[in-house]
Amino acid sequence: MNNNEIYIAIVIMALVNYATRLFPFLFFRKKELPAFLVYIEKYFPAVIMTILVLYTLKDISFVTVPYGFKEISGIIFTGLLHIFLRNYLVSIFLGTLFYMILIQYF
Amino acid sequence: MQKEFKKAFEVSIPVMMGYLVLGFAFGLLLVSMSYDWYLAPLMSVFIYAGALQFVAIGFFNAKMGFIDIAIASLFINIRQSFYGLSLLKRFKDTKPFKNYLIFALTDETYGLLTSIKEDKTLSKKHFYFYLAALNQSYWIFGTLLGSIIGLNIHFNTAGLEFSLTALFVVLCLEQYKNLRNIYPFLIGGSSALFSLCFVSSDKMLIASIVISIISLLVLKSRVINEQ
Repeated sequence: MNNNEIYIAIVIMALVNYATRLFPFLFFRKKELPAFLVYIEKYFPAVIMTILVLYTLKDISFVTVPYGFKEISGIIFTGLLHIFLRNYLVSIFLGTLFYMILIQYF
Repeated sequence: MQKEFKKAFEVSIPVMMGYLVLGFAFGLLLVSMSYDWYLAPLMSVFIYAGALQFVAIGFFNAKMGFIDIAIASLFINIRQSFYGLSLLKRFKDTKPFKNYLIFALTDETYGLLTSIKEDKTLSKKHFYFYLAALNQSYWIFGTLLGSIIGLNIHFNTAGLEFSLTALFVVLCLEQYKNLRNIYPFLIGGSSALFSLCFVSSDKMLIASIVISIISLLVLKSRVINEQ
């Protein structure tokens, strides 16, 4: 994208983002949430986070050598760090460092 | 006024660390893909949403269409639509700051606002405003630092984009900790894999979102019974 397109994209994202935050203040002052919205609200964040993990890897080829080995290792490493240390900054930082070393030196 | 600021600063310290580091990574990443340095802080001022800003770099790279960007942004941030529900009461009588408080409602600020105990000796609206504004200032400052340092110090950034993957892996684990239910992850994963295989890569995110929502609704009783 060139800069003009990026400016438009930023305006769109800023407006949509503000709209998602403003939504309940406009529409749910008194009413109860419809049941299907409560359901989506509860489970959709987990769904979208899983999609986004794969989305960030969409340009990686899993059918040619090394078959996404570095990405899968990076994910396992990050995940294990997070399960044991429970500190999201440490997990993200060391996970990325681990992946950068794999990419740059192997 | 002084008291409210002091309390807000104390409460915001844990967020400071997180926002400085993640903001820094975001600025560095955007500059490393040779976009102009000022775009990163610009986004942190006007968008101010961590996950969306990171994913936006992918939108720019893929030259994604504006309508697709709007739809994807909506679904990435839809969780925030439910935050306000538990704040309707708290945000009463917070004018003239109310619009800013709503704009600045990130995951972390929401977490702080809903967990702190109310202190009757403080002016609520000033305290909330300082807290929200301090958090955003950390995010902007981290971003600015990352983009300026990225511009001036050149090192091999190959693989830095994995910070985004790592961020979502961590967020998935946090979601699992709360839900203890494998179904949403299976639905998300299989929708994304299906789209990766059969849809062009610039439409992959939208396709995954649509397929996953349909699956989530179709499989509703199974998802709930897993609980």
